[in-house]
Amino acid sequence: MSMPLLAIEGLTKTYPGVIANQDVSFAIGEGEIHALLGENGAGKSTLVKAIYGLIRPDAGRMLWRGAPYAPAAPHEARATGVAMVFQHFSLFDAMDVAENVALGMDSPPPIRQLAANIAQVSTDYGLPLDPHRLVGDLSAGERQRVEIIRCLLQNPQLLIMDEPTSVLTPQEVEILFQTLRKLRGEGRSILYISHKLDEIRALCETATILRRGKLVASCDPRQSSARDLAEMMVGTALQPPERAGRAEGAVLLQVEGLNLRAPSAFGTSLKDVSFAVQAGEILGIGGVAGNGQDELLAALSGEMRARNGAITLEGRPLGRAGPNTRRALGLLCAPEERLGHAAAPDMSLTENALMTGAQREGLVRGGFIDWTRARGFAEQVIRRFDVRTPGPDVTARALSGGNLQKFVIGREIMQRPRVLVVNQPTWGVDAAAAAAIRQALMDLAQNGAAVVVISQDLDELLAVADRFCALNAGRLSAPRAVAGLSMEQVGLMLGGAGDMEVAADNAAETLAQARSGVVHAEA
Amino acid sequence: MLRLERRPQPSRTWVWAAPVLAVVLTMLAGGVLFAALGKDPVAAIRLIFWDPLFSQQFAAFSRPQLLVKAAPLILIAIGLAIGFRANIWNIGAEGQYIIGALCAAAVALAFFPAGPVDARFLGLEFTMDSAPSRWWLFPLMIAAGAAGGFVWAMIPAILKTRFNTNEILVSLLLVYVAEKLLAAAALGWLRNPEGAGFPGSRNLSRFPEAANLELIPNTGMHWGVVAAIIAVIFGYILLHRHMLGFQVQLAGQAPRAARFAGVAPARLVIFCLGLSGLMAGMAGMFEVTGPARMITIDFNAGYGFVAIIVAFLGRLHPVGIVLAGFLMALTYIGGELAQFTLGLPSAAIQVFQGMLLFFLLALDMLSNYRIRLTAREVTP
Repeated sequence: MSMPLLAIEGLTKTYPGVIANQDVSFAIGEGEIHALLGENGAGKSTLVKAIYGLIRPDAGRMLWRGAPYAPAAPHEARATGVAMVFQHFSLFDAMDVAENVALGMDSPPPIRQLAANIAQVSTDYGLPLDPHRLVGDLSAGERQRVEIIRCLLQNPQLLIMDEPTSVLTPQEVEILFQTLRKLRGEGRSILYISHKLDEIRALCETATILRRGKLVASCDPRQSSARDLAEMMVGTALQPPERAGRAEGAVLLQVEGLNLRAPSAFGTSLKDVSFAVQAGEILGIGGVAGNGQDELLAALSGEMRARNGAITLEGRPLGRAGPNTRRALGLLCAPEERLGHAAAPDMSLTENALMTGAQREGLVRGGFIDWTRARGFAEQVIRRFDVRTPGPDVTARALSGGNLQKFVIGREIMQRPRVLVVNQPTWGVDAAAAAAIRQALMDLAQNGAAVVVISQDLDELLAVADRFCALNAGRLSAPRAVAGLSMEQVGLMLGGAGDMEVAADNAAETLAQARSGVVHAEA
Repeated sequence: MLRLERRPQPSRTWVWAAPVLAVVLTMLAGGVLFAALGKDPVAAIRLIFWDPLFSQQFAAFSRPQLLVKAAPLILIAIGLAIGFRANIWNIGAEGQYIIGALCAAAVALAFFPAGPVDARFLGLEFTMDSAPSRWWLFPLMIAAGAAGGFVWAMIPAILKTRFNTNEILVSLLLVYVAEKLLAAAALGWLRNPEGAGFPGSRNLSRFPEAANLELIPNTGMHWGVVAAIIAVIFGYILLHRHMLGFQVQLAGQAPRAARFAGVAPARLVIFCLGLSGLMAGMAGMFEVTGPARMITIDFNAGYGFVAIIVAFLGRLHPVGIVLAGFLMALTYIGGELAQFTLGLPSAAIQVFQGMLLFFLLALDMLSNYRIRLTAREVTP
């Protein structure tokens, strides 16, 4: 093998109390798509930050085409030829695409020329994007294209992508993969971070697997099964979610004609959303981010109020009730954003347990907090959901994403909800934790609760849900049984054409019409 | 090269070390300031921080003053700290303090006994054997002071909840409105009818039922001190034992999480501004009936603003606020000493108090970040 593009040798980085990376060595070749795999907290982000100049390793070195490489800041990394697309976009909604791209560049050209460059790159790489559109109006997939094009304009040799497909529809994923393969064809290298093992097997020729900061294996993912990869990542055998068949239950949660104005200019209004969930059932709500998921959760949690009859729990209208009234009656929610919404980052786990468990767990009497019981409740959640933390006095922000997610979901499940609504239950969570969370949701339904899972991860929805529906621009499609649903049908529902399809399920002509309908809608 | 690195969780050590270090740095920088003014810096610092407590010459007068000055600061700061924890910024405690004092004084004067004018005017002791003891007057005045401060704080609260105005600006600007009302009262409606036309109200310390006198002679202990002690205990229980205090902190740290937990933001704004206004109004009441003795044009001494420093210096924690209150009281007393013995300008001591806040805010960064010395090269 010739000299690698980037060689990492013995890289070590420690934070107080945590070894993020310990003696990690691997190499990325020229024109290679290299996968970086690992659980949350395995040290992937730290490693990537070191490559991108955001942090300095404590020990070890990096070689760029054989020469020492130690970027002190991202602009040095960019000057060398490293570009990065982050998991969370840093874009300004109120500015257009070209302005956003200019903001991220070290020395941007005049905006008119930049717009031309963007148009050029977007056609060259098959990433359709209008440089003059407002970012606030773009879908998540289009926003990601803004970030990718920003990187490509710097003509990078190494492109780092952190969980790029987690917000994309299957169709958008296909477009992205074509672009990445094209980049590889030009001799560029890509460091691809993902949890989705099937993607890695389809795209990457080399995989580096990290576990708890250490390199555990390097392999060719095309030669290994997804299951083997997952087990290398986790270190134990995975349990696929399973449960027994289920009987028809009574309708617990009924949403009827829910309309809700978006709280901000860049939110999504809910339009005539209706669905019902039975006891023992899991309803999956799919959709690309920004199509009303946050608003739907807020309407169900009571953070946003609706018409009183729009939401009924076991026949009782509570569209106007506040969050605590709904909790008392058994409607519990777990929002997507862990830090700052589902949990207070700087508060301890005990305090975070108290946050939603105060009533149902009897942690407050006459307004006074029973700290002993609150702590006990937090400890129960930690134990039962295998939250890895020194104890309940640790602040929420000190936990890794997956562990905090287990805590947040566990906190609601432990309160024995009648109806549980979760948004993105396994977003950014490692495979083992995701499996545990899904199993817990299925067990909850098994025990007679109704569960609503809002997610952008279609594989997840199809794995756990009994029925599936899609949110598109604030409208909810009619739910369909998951059994027998194809990926293509799902894609059409996500595109807003699902209703057309319900009319004539198996008629190929109708399907073709629906497809052309999608094309028209996009044009 | 110096770099800042975010800590995984806030350092408990630094949370409490920052105020101590801020005091030390303020002494050093203050010393430089005093030296620049041509004064001996060591003598000035000693005069401010040591002599009021331990000098033969001054301690007998100064020590009781410590309680007198600390009580209003602590009482106001407890109320402010609860709001600050919720990210609700009442900067106008000074105004609420003034209005509280005005309301309390107005109630007292409304019940001022009709009696022999000359006896009162001459300041002689007098008794009212004809009228039964009106024990309810003093509690009524406390209520009036509290209500005055509460109502004054409701202006920014309602404007914020109804029209989303900024409570920092509204409460601050209302201080200047309150000052004008104070001047109008001292010159007009509350002016002493027997004061020969001088501005200022009757001397309330000559009105036993309405006076807030020393409870134990020569200690500075008065009803305001009692109220401050109760406020500290109340604040501690609220913040550490009660759900409402938990919600206050949740709303301050993670507003979205607070809404998810069922906290209504508008009600919290009303509660926090109302409570801090109420406490500031009470502090004004105890001051006007006690140490200040009467309404004057410049009755307010900046307690409402200095209490902001006290709240932060005390880490928004009731126990910390007690310590910080005494420290700031000391700078008041020591500052006055330095003024008349060294001839330091009174502005110098305000600069000194302000410096303390600035150093504190700068050092507070260290509780969330650590400073790292990093080499330019990665070690091989």
